[in-house]
Amino acid sequence: MMTELSLNVLDVAENSLRAKADFIQILLEINSIQDTLTIIITDNGVGMSEQQVVQAQDPFYTTRTTRNVGLGIPFFKYAAESTGGRFSIHSSPGKGTKVQAEFKLSHIDRMPLGDMTSTIYTLITFNIHVDFLYTYIVDDKSFSLDTREFRKILGNIPFHEPEVASFIKEYLEVNKMEVDHGKTY
Amino acid sequence: MKSLEELKAIREKMQGQVSMRSEDSTQTRVVVGMATCGIASGARPVLTALSDYVQSKKLSNVAVTQTGCIGLCQYEPIVEVLEPGKDKVTYVKMTPEKALEVVEQHLIRGQVVDKYTISAEGRI
Repeated sequence: MMTELSLNVLDVAENSLRAKADFIQILLEINSIQDTLTIIITDNGVGMSEQQVVQAQDPFYTTRTTRNVGLGIPFFKYAAESTGGRFSIHSSPGKGTKVQAEFKLSHIDRMPLGDMTSTIYTLITFNIHVDFLYTYIVDDKSFSLDTREFRKILGNIPFHEPEVASFIKEYLEVNKMEVDHGKTY
Repeated sequence: MKSLEELKAIREKMQGQVSMRSEDSTQTRVVVGMATCGIASGARPVLTALSDYVQSKKLSNVAVTQTGCIGLCQYEPIVEVLEPGKDKVTYVKMTPEKALEVVEQHLIRGQVVDKYTISAEGRI
């Protein structure tokens, strides 16, 4: 079991990377009026057939050969559904996959969101050839980080260059603070 | 809001001085398992700690990368050190603190930190 939702996001995005995606969108929206926390991860990877989508939600199915269980998606699904929320996967072979989890924000069983900045930072700086669009929305405030814009400015300077990496971390931290005023969800 | 203007300044400053880190045969690779089992056991802070230490110690000959499930889920977080011409060293049940020791002892001084290796776990 994951201890925070940001680790589920990292885990699902790792699936996208293994599915050879080169553009991954991560949307996190907190709506305090509707009392929901929604996470949507969309990739342009190899996608899955209808049968594979069903199998991915079964803990005793995995595509890997090093072990015979696959708990990533079942963990995420269970985390959402145990708050009275919803979970879905839409995928088409050759086009990509969209994983959507909706949580009841105030539910006692909702896991804490945790350190999303670390998750996004890790994804960007350890997968420098992949583009990410991260959007963080809290009620009427939001910010986005689009690595395609970063790439346009940086040219051939890679995201894991120390100065660039620390800019990315700061960009995430400062803008997050302006959106949620440091409130932890 | 933090703007992208600063990024332009970084580019101006770094233009031309970026050394293309080629993955040549003399490079040491430090690989962290980042599948569900690794992430659930705490691989994310281990990965960032290793990368931060390697950067701050200016170990330009070391590349920190990630991989999937190594197949020893109960020993996660797992860190493998692959040095050219040497046997692979597998560190298990890692933490950011242990990772710092591995950077200082193994990557800088060349001494394997035996107590954290998988053989110290009484297996393999």
